[in-house]
Amino acid sequence: MAHADLLRTPLHSLHEELGARMVPFAGYSMPVQYPSGIIHEHHHCRTGAALFDVSHMGQLTLSGGEGAARALEALIPADFLSLADGRQRYGVLTNDQGGIRDDLMVLRQGQQFSIVVNAACKYEDLEYLKTALPAGMALTTRFDRALIALQGPAAGAVLERFSADVSQMRFMDGRVVDLKGIPAVVTRSGYTGEDGFEIAIDSADAEKLARLLIAEKEVAPVGLGARDTLRLEAGLCLYGHDIDTQTSPVEAGLQWSIAKRRRGEGGFPGEERIRKELAEGTLRRRVGLKIDGRQPVREGADVTDNEGKPIGRVTSGGFGPTVGGPIAMAYLDTRFAEPGTVVHPVVRGKPLMATVTRFPMVEQRYKR
Amino acid sequence: MVLKFTEEHEWISTEGDVGTVGITDHAQEQLGDIVFIELPEVGQAIAKDDQIGVVESVKAASEIYAPVAGEVVAINEALPDAPETVNKDPSGDGWFVKIKLSDPAELDGLMDEEAYKALIA
Repeated sequence: MAHADLLRTPLHSLHEELGARMVPFAGYSMPVQYPSGIIHEHHHCRTGAALFDVSHMGQLTLSGGEGAARALEALIPADFLSLADGRQRYGVLTNDQGGIRDDLMVLRQGQQFSIVVNAACKYEDLEYLKTALPAGMALTTRFDRALIALQGPAAGAVLERFSADVSQMRFMDGRVVDLKGIPAVVTRSGYTGEDGFEIAIDSADAEKLARLLIAEKEVAPVGLGARDTLRLEAGLCLYGHDIDTQTSPVEAGLQWSIAKRRRGEGGFPGEERIRKELAEGTLRRRVGLKIDGRQPVREGADVTDNEGKPIGRVTSGGFGPTVGGPIAMAYLDTRFAEPGTVVHPVVRGKPLMATVTRFPMVEQRYKR
Repeated sequence: MVLKFTEEHEWISTEGDVGTVGITDHAQEQLGDIVFIELPEVGQAIAKDDQIGVVESVKAASEIYAPVAGEVVAINEALPDAPETVNKDPSGDGWFVKIKLSDPAELDGLMDEEAYKALIA
């Protein structure tokens, strides 16, 4: 796609002013990095506060209280009936084969559910939800809204200067907050493994808020490049790479998102496969890999056992700046999925040494 | 000393019949933070355009090609343990290999600095 055809977020001109390198991502022109570079930006998020523009992600709302919760449960094997007002929950939209259409975050605000879905899936999700939700369900797209993530150990202290309300928030809380006069829906969650917030605002307010935030001494803008290395160290899945329409939430290690009641009751797409896998296990499993040496292992690399027999494939891989070396996410034959197992990713025909390692590979610092 | 450039964003600086090869400042900037470098063996005979190394950044992997034919007479031994040197000093300490040219006339087919600057402009 030519750059001229790419969509722009409300922060586009700010990114250019900050010297970002813009790349096409999910139909948008997005900042992959700023002049300081991915590794520096990654460390900044682990030590200070990083500002990400994630306005390309899809925001939707579904109204209707308990009826809406039941409708969501018919599409997502998570518990939304018990989701309290002001709480957010992770879930996966499953297909009839038990694969994953998308993963998403759902926040309950009174009788309404605010949903954030992946940028690359948002139009497909919308079409699917329109047909799959019961008729008359009030689904509203908010694709024009901006979304800013503020992530890192200093994010809390920074955002408290904008509103004292956020100091009361714990991990996966969400509420309407006035940020120095800008109305926002703030959740204490993110995609980096750090404490932090995702801030949904009107596009007209986005640049003003972003400028106010980066004026704070702890805050620096961080691009999608570091967002990827941060989430990889944290062990968080990237849709279309680590999870897709073929992988089940059980293979992906996302069974924690399937509440006990839902496991028992079923009533979601693909329940046959998913409940069977929950009971009997799976043939392959998503794992983390720490690779010896410095050679990064990229998506698509085969993984073999000691005899050179194929046992799986890398779905995300690269360099982990905090880990200090190459790391990867892979699906392996379950017999090789135990932490500590030595396996061999193959790069340019050469088998490397890697150790199956539990995620997160860095200390999680959510505010519980 | 003759300084020449390739369309693959390598530079070669030749004194006598030995050329030092690296990647350009433009190339390191496009790659971003470099985290891995693989170099050839000293003594290896190479043809022009042979792959003689790999450079990988956080985001991408990229190959290094021989701008000229010859023999690898030295490699930058410090580089694999400090790949970030290429970001810091691509045309100095960040050199990759030294090649003894088998046909110095091959240099005439490469770009001079002015032509390379026009290429990346």
